[in-house]
Amino acid sequence: MQEFIQDIARELALVPPGWGGNLLRGLLTTLQIAFGAYALALVIGIGGMLGKVYGGPVTRLVLEVYTTAIRAVPELIVLLLLYYAGTDFLNFILAKFGHDPVDINALLAGILVIGIVQGAFCTEVFRGAIRSIPVGQVEAAQSFGMPFWQRFRRIILPIMTPRALPGLSNLWLITTKDTALLAVIGFSELALTTKQAAGATKSYFLFYMVAAVLYLCVTLISNVVLKRIERHYRRGQKQLA
Amino acid sequence: MDWSWIPQYAPKLLEGLWLTLQLTFLSIFFGMMLAIPIGLVQVTGPKWAARLALAFCTLIRGTPLLIQLWLLYFGLGSLFPSIPVIRETWLWPILREAFPFALLAFTISVAGYSGEVMRGAFQNVSKGELEAAQSFGMRPIKVLSRIWVPRAIQSVLPTLVGEFIMTLKATPLAATITVFEVYGVSNSIRQNTFLVYEPLLLVAGIYLVLVLILVAVFRYIENKMPQRALH
Repeated sequence: MQEFIQDIARELALVPPGWGGNLLRGLLTTLQIAFGAYALALVIGIGGMLGKVYGGPVTRLVLEVYTTAIRAVPELIVLLLLYYAGTDFLNFILAKFGHDPVDINALLAGILVIGIVQGAFCTEVFRGAIRSIPVGQVEAAQSFGMPFWQRFRRIILPIMTPRALPGLSNLWLITTKDTALLAVIGFSELALTTKQAAGATKSYFLFYMVAAVLYLCVTLISNVVLKRIERHYRRGQKQLA
Repeated sequence: MDWSWIPQYAPKLLEGLWLTLQLTFLSIFFGMMLAIPIGLVQVTGPKWAARLALAFCTLIRGTPLLIQLWLLYFGLGSLFPSIPVIRETWLWPILREAFPFALLAFTISVAGYSGEVMRGAFQNVSKGELEAAQSFGMRPIKVLSRIWVPRAIQSVLPTLVGEFIMTLKATPLAATITVFEVYGVSNSIRQNTFLVYEPLLLVAGIYLVLVLILVAVFRYIENKMPQRALH
């Protein structure tokens, strides 16, 4: 038994030949990608929602195709397509200007592809939230003579935020887990680092368990934080359910 | 764009498609078989069972499916050969295949996500309906099978459909453990033909159609259910 624990301690040691340090670095990359992608998704989501609600017919059609296609095709396939298409497109542009092709920074590429995918889901979350605002409130603001941006900032956004929060919390949890898909493309975040560690040491079970625990910790800590945020924005409201 | 490879690889793609469908529907079926008791014990079961079910749902929903899949296939799969007894049993031929591991991983994933949905669903059914059933003299098991489960599923059908679509969309992950479902087939086509986009686009199109069919089927079922609702 003691030998078994020593084995585990050796394989998870923070300095090589232990893999603990690499796993934590992988976790850090995963979190960086998740934060970046989530921020991008929020921006796309707000923009997409505004386009869907206030845009002209062409904008609406384009956004409808974007959200429907991304939500109906498996994330893994969208990620691969975006990654290849993005790289090719960038190198095509660079070639036009007489530059040599480059390898895109992996972190940035990961953030972009995950962000674009989650942006589609985020658009729908915001659209659902804005549709749940009583029209009278917005009309009241209009009749006070508030211009659009003031209306948006003072009325729509504050009413919308608590209603969007459950969906947004869910989206954050999905984003952190979706970063694992990048392992299939070859980004060395937590999942791929784990695979390499497991392959190198042959302790498959141990390393996948450790990875699962790390992801679980991210989720559980996120849950606590998200609950706090939700409570903050719901203060003064009746408790739902 | 070059699509001339399609006739040559059509049989392979159809095989992959069949595997995708099998994986999706079997895991939804077995997953729901587990999800119903997992949801139910959290509402009416003994405390230890409720806690266990909640822990299971948290664990499954808190870790990426890809890691669960790899943990089962590479992790558990690497432990089995070291237990010689297993080689003698009927289990051994099954444990050497990848498909059962994929099916198991997807089943517990459906069980975890839908179990959480079913918990809310069982709570949603109003007490009056259950009491009415009881007062008709139905035994608890009959109340469950005739009133509680059907009413619970009915109330969350749209959410469940969302979960089922997630399951369908997760099946490409099985390709990472050598299950040659439709995405796995497209990967080998890409390696053989050196095409980057076309096979991926075809698979994207196939999934798009599958999702639309699934949505249409469940909308049909939803409409079949008699329900008083505001429209």
